[in-house]
Amino acid sequence: MPRDVASRAAKERCDKGFGVNNTGKAVFLDFSEAINRLGIDVIRQRYGNLFDMYEEITDVNPGELANEINGVKYYNPMMIYPAIHYTMGGIWVDYELQTSIKGLFAIGECNFSDHGANRLGASALMQGLADGYFVLPYTIQNYLSDQISVPRFSTESVEFDEAEKKVQANLDHLMGIQGKRSVDSIHKELGNVMWDYVGMARTKESLETALEKLKALRKEFETNLFIPGTQEGMNIELDKAFRLRDFITMGELIAYDALNRHESCGGHFREEHQTEEGEAKRDDENFFYVACWKYNGYKYKLQT
Amino acid sequence: MSLAGSTTDTSISFKLKVWRQANAHAEGRFETYEMRDIPTDTSFLEMMDILNEQLIEQGQEPVTFDHDCREGICGMCSLYVNGHPHGPATGATTCQLYMRRFKDGDTITVEPWRSAAFPVIKDLMVNRNAFDQIQQAGGYVSFQTGGAQDANAIPISKEAADEAMDSATCIGCGACVAACKNGSAMLFLSAKVSQFALLPQGRAEAKRRVKAMLAKMDELGFGNCTNTGACAAECPKNIKLSNIARLNREFICAKCAD
Repeated sequence: MPRDVASRAAKERCDKGFGVNNTGKAVFLDFSEAINRLGIDVIRQRYGNLFDMYEEITDVNPGELANEINGVKYYNPMMIYPAIHYTMGGIWVDYELQTSIKGLFAIGECNFSDHGANRLGASALMQGLADGYFVLPYTIQNYLSDQISVPRFSTESVEFDEAEKKVQANLDHLMGIQGKRSVDSIHKELGNVMWDYVGMARTKESLETALEKLKALRKEFETNLFIPGTQEGMNIELDKAFRLRDFITMGELIAYDALNRHESCGGHFREEHQTEEGEAKRDDENFFYVACWKYNGYKYKLQT
Repeated sequence: MSLAGSTTDTSISFKLKVWRQANAHAEGRFETYEMRDIPTDTSFLEMMDILNEQLIEQGQEPVTFDHDCREGICGMCSLYVNGHPHGPATGATTCQLYMRRFKDGDTITVEPWRSAAFPVIKDLMVNRNAFDQIQQAGGYVSFQTGGAQDANAIPISKEAADEAMDSATCIGCGACVAACKNGSAMLFLSAKVSQFALLPQGRAEAKRRVKAMLAKMDELGFGNCTNTGACAAECPKNIKLSNIARLNREFICAKCAD
């Protein structure tokens, strides 16, 4: 079963109030049939690491016999719940893995080049290896060969001054807000908005709601953030704040793109576009493309 | 039968003694914080998040500590909890440690890794760049990739593959150094050397690798190994002490060939 279908089914049961655990946010994954068929040793060889991790987290060993009814052995079921783990798509790069900024290359999971519409197991690892071993060694020299004749820049030039001023202004702004909200509290709110309205099943209404909420959240971030400490030395809150600002932008971008794509495809599931069996209904006529969005301040422009 | 997975609603209250240090050169001290009604299902790092949220609410600086994936595979989290790197659980990193390991009324002491080679950056965050430098000295194989080879062109026995894989599970967190009374990085180094020494792809550069990595380790101020075994006992990835024997063998063979 594809993970998007399994994940949606798990979430649907929990949303309807059938979830287990004291939070109601879990369904059971039962290994009993597999253990009875293949034996615990085979299962442990395949999933032993997972079982150990699970036991450490929940204090329950999924390989342990829980009950025997009418001669059938039942093992402790695992509680599972879907979680966001990966983002399909990424930084635009050309065939040489160079971004729209000349000389800046993006390789591995962070670029969009090998992603499909659904996540496949180990694709991040595969892409890191493929880009690093097979692509970059044969493309980066095309850029570097032209660089040999370029003289060294002086850091005294105007561009450096301007960049420094911009960064400093940014730092001063964030440190100067002195509001009431911690970075983490806004980050959590962002996560909830993305999960509830831009999650595994989206609708036009939910995405529009998300965009409104994200706009409000950005305002909250820029006007009510509190970063303790100073700019000098290590300041983890300041560090997180810069990343959170990017995450909000990223969240908006995902919502814009999902709203714009009037079809279901892979991990992008629009409830309006599904087959009678509840599978993703594609519209290749109109959406058979990779969407590319260009940063333009906080406005986005679609290029297909 | 109570259905498995019924995680409890229990919570505990305890004292947290945390090492605070403004920077590498400042003098450090323990600060004590009262933690109330923390659910035992909370992970140790989530508990630290709760503490930090409280500190920020009071306008104070949060406790700086390293963390990233929070699923035990990135090697970022550290924390020396009640005298053990990664706390009392075995085969688990700090992020995989849960508060049910502690009792109501406990005093939990949290310190950074303490080693001359890992200077404190701030509070509980230390600089583990020394490990990167050891890796850069030889923890890789260099070859032209060329076209993809046919599968199974170089047969590797399951035993060798399994053992190389076990060594490769080292996440480079530094718990072995923190556990060692000598501040030695031998377990880390031996895992990194072993994962290549056991495979044919790593043999070509084996001699150069072991000498270069060992020389770098000595240069960076790590201590010597006295085979105490605290490293292997505390390792969150259960890296075996026998790797150190392999490292010594590799090193002696490389020196003899000089």
